[in-house]
Amino acid sequence: MKPSPYAIRAQGLRKRFGRAEALAGFDLEVRAGTVHGLLGPNGAGKTTVVRILTTLLRPDEGHAEVAGFDIVRQARQVRAQIGLTGQYAAVDEVLTGRQNLTMFGRLLHLGAQGAARRADELLERFSLTDAAHKPVKQYSGGMRRRLDLAAGMILAPRVLFLDEPTTGLDPRSRNEVWQAVRSLVAGGTTVLLTTQYLDEADKLAHRIAVIDHGRVVADDTPGELKGAIGGDRVEVVLHDQADVPAATRILVRACGTEPEVDAEERRLHAPVVNRVATLTEVLRTLEDQGIGVADIGLRRPTLDEVFLHLTGRRAEQSAPGGGPAEPAGTDPAGQRTHKESTVA
Amino acid sequence: MTAVTNPTPSPLAPTPPVVQLPRSRAYWAVADCLTIVRRDLIHRVREPAGIVWQLAFPIVSVLLYGYVFGSAMTVPGGGDYQEFLMPGMFVMTMAFGFMNTATAVVSDKAKGVTDRFRSMPMAPSAVVTGRGIADIIGACIDLVILGLCALAIGWSPDDGPVAAVAGFALLLLLRFALLWVGVFLGLLIPSVETAGNLYALVFPLTMISNVFVAPSLMPDWLGAIATWNPLSATVTATRDLFGNPVASGGGWADDHATLLAVGWPLLLTAIFLPLAVRRFQRLSR
Ligand SMILES: Nc1ncnc2c1ncn2[C@@H]1O[C@H](COP(=O)(O)OP(=O)(O)OP(=O)(O)O)[C@@H](O)[C@H]1O
Ligand SMILES: [Mg+2]
Repeated sequence: MKPSPYAIRAQGLRKRFGRAEALAGFDLEVRAGTVHGLLGPNGAGKTTVVRILTTLLRPDEGHAEVAGFDIVRQARQVRAQIGLTGQYAAVDEVLTGRQNLTMFGRLLHLGAQGAARRADELLERFSLTDAAHKPVKQYSGGMRRRLDLAAGMILAPRVLFLDEPTTGLDPRSRNEVWQAVRSLVAGGTTVLLTTQYLDEADKLAHRIAVIDHGRVVADDTPGELKGAIGGDRVEVVLHDQADVPAATRILVRACGTEPEVDAEERRLHAPVVNRVATLTEVLRTLEDQGIGVADIGLRRPTLDEVFLHLTGRRAEQSAPGGGPAEPAGTDPAGQRTHKESTVA
Repeated sequence: MTAVTNPTPSPLAPTPPVVQLPRSRAYWAVADCLTIVRRDLIHRVREPAGIVWQLAFPIVSVLLYGYVFGSAMTVPGGGDYQEFLMPGMFVMTMAFGFMNTATAVVSDKAKGVTDRFRSMPMAPSAVVTGRGIADIIGACIDLVILGLCALAIGWSPDDGPVAAVAGFALLLLLRFALLWVGVFLGLLIPSVETAGNLYALVFPLTMISNVFVAPSLMPDWLGAIATWNPLSATVTATRDLFGNPVASGGGWADDHATLLAVGWPLLLTAIFLPLAVRRFQRLSR
């Protein structure tokens, strides 16, 4: 068989549930050995994609290959190559953590010894050794989640699917998950990771596909995605909420566009072309007018802003008060210094 | 300001390859099934509460009806009411047992465990065959416990060991058939909470039968339903095999109780086994 550079290829996937169209022609290519983020708001179709690619759901239309095997016709071969951690923990609550992992290891055909060895490795890796012999019922939400992630990684699979893997985890556990993912990637695993945490996609993923209404609306490196909406921004945080209108006027004059305003947080930001000149001007004017500044600086756009730009909505909240921001008229390309994101 | 942190390429030990054993498909079909049986039996050991309740009900019934109301209950054709009641309690335990099957299936489905199994390269049949074998083992344990309780209060099978074994075999056959009904309903109902509603189905099924009262003592239409109830066939057949009072109404169904006690379960299996399999396959819809 010809080795394909892609661990996942999906073409024109469609899936409807009754009237609702969950996927409306979903395309994706994920290079082997990379982490691909799938980013989208609630109901965008992320879980549906994962369920189809892991053979749990059949697509109505379109086809897909995972690890070189067709997800419908060669479902069994696909299953021998993948690991899955779904959006909601899928572990046996009555069994202990270790019993869970050894059971899944046996069902993954590692044999009794292989399953036991792998279970202990994973319990250690996810800091569950102390709780190994407690029934999962007594686990906290985060512990359950970690056990579920461990279960998805038993095989050190060729392709790993993680559906919102760190939702509900504390920062330390989140770090453990990221480390485990990186370690698998270092061993050659390809990862498709859905998330609503923009910083997570930014940190882990080589590429990010943004999905909305069952379709990919953008697919690029995190750096390029951020670049696409127009370079750096100046961001001001005020001491006093009452100064927001005045500061807005200053930013409009200095940057030439309406800034985005988060009145609650007293935070304003707008795209800049002449970075330092504009920053200096803004700061001076603010000082002249006696407006107290808590923080000011230049920064690259966040993925949240990318999302807002691509879909007209915020990723993490439903429609905000302001409505979609107009993208800056000119794209100040060439002024950016791209930091390429790489993993391991 | 917010710094853009990129993935730190830390010197990580790559995860060592994990080896899947090369064995034949048939080997894994059996091995996977045993893994599931083991898991289901661990459940039984760790969560005995539900089973204790299910066994308590027939035991309490026997004590209550046998000792308290016993004198008020009559068995047409004569005979001791407690002796009459015991086979009915065995059958009722088998009938309630399918609630366990349904509850376990719906719970696995709702908690995503079924999906995890389905995403694995295990033999898909193992999920169901494992469940089935574990439930039959469970039913055997139930029958042993109940049988010992019955012996303790003076019940005994009077027609010899062969007939007694045949009687228990019929009980297990009924449980086997209800297994598929349980799997099917478990896959059909949406949540664990709804599973409790199945009692509304089982209760009339056990009450409108000859478990407690001979159908000849019921109004005609009710008696007819009770006589043709699949549970009644097994009750009558086992009463016969255990040498307990039968209280036959003399109709065709009563005369051919053993035939029906084999036929009904086979018919139920023939209907619900394919339905359950189809339902399982349709999870990917
Ligand atoms: N089993 C189902 N039955 C009916 N509708 C469904 C089903 N599964 C998903 N949907 C619908 O399909 C759409 C996509 O759902 P999906 O779960 O894939 O979104 P998601 O991107 O994972 O969202 P979230 O961020 O909330 O997890 C939604 O509109 C959802 O209501
Ligand atoms: Mg989802």
